[in-house]
Amino acid sequence: MAPLDWYLWLSALLFSVGVFGVLSRRNVIVIFMAIEIMLNAVNLAFVAIARHQGSMDGQVIVFFVMTVAAAEAAVGLAIIIAMFRNRETTNADELASLRW
Amino acid sequence: MSPAAFFVVAALAVTSALGVVLNRNPVHAACALVAHLFLLAVFFVGLDAQLVGVLQVIVYAGAVVVLFLFVIMLLNLQAEVRSTAGPALVFAAAAGVVTFAVLIVAALRGRTAGADAALGTGYGETRELARVLFTRYALPFELTSLLLLVAIVGAVVLARKKG
Repeated sequence: MAPLDWYLWLSALLFSVGVFGVLSRRNVIVIFMAIEIMLNAVNLAFVAIARHQGSMDGQVIVFFVMTVAAAEAAVGLAIIIAMFRNRETTNADELASLRW
Repeated sequence: MSPAAFFVVAALAVTSALGVVLNRNPVHAACALVAHLFLLAVFFVGLDAQLVGVLQVIVYAGAVVVLFLFVIMLLNLQAEVRSTAGPALVFAAAAGVVTFAVLIVAALRGRTAGADAALGTGYGETRELARVLFTRYALPFELTSLLLLVAIVGAVVLARKKG
């Protein structure tokens, strides 16, 4: 059985990879994917701690995180489509203004 | 999950996460994301969270990433011509390292890693998860349905053609 600390290290590492991705990429869709990586890193920590403490609560919270992530993906991608229709780009650097 | 299996799956998970972040082509990044989510599902099953692992595959790999791929193909996105370089890239890498250091200090400072608690009967089973979900978390569960309804309506309104 791998100890809890290993899972926390892995979760922190994956979260950092997500942070790096959000800051280094310019395509808003890939930035979105990096956010999904961060959400999943937190889910891993939730499940590992739930297993460590022998409580089901962490797994239930992962269930809610997944729901929120699905809703976020649906609305976020709709926003990206609307932006693309108006501006013909998904480059975050060119999408600096809130209205046009 | 045995230590050897942990390291193999962890190495693959980190590699696929880097594949998402570093790949220039968005379609390749989405495929790496599918692999990453499957590997996390392996961890969930190894941590006695079978239902969460199955949901991870169905909801994330099955629905969310397919949505991503649809949008990528709908917008006909090409590989990024100009990737981040120079000071911006250094800043992004530094922010990643600082985040990692802060998380590790916050999570592991002064912590005594006790032994895993004994598991109750039926831990991780669908029945047990459902029991907790529909008793202690019944109100958040109902609010989730409202959230999804708002998301559906919002997505349709936002993506609809004007006029």
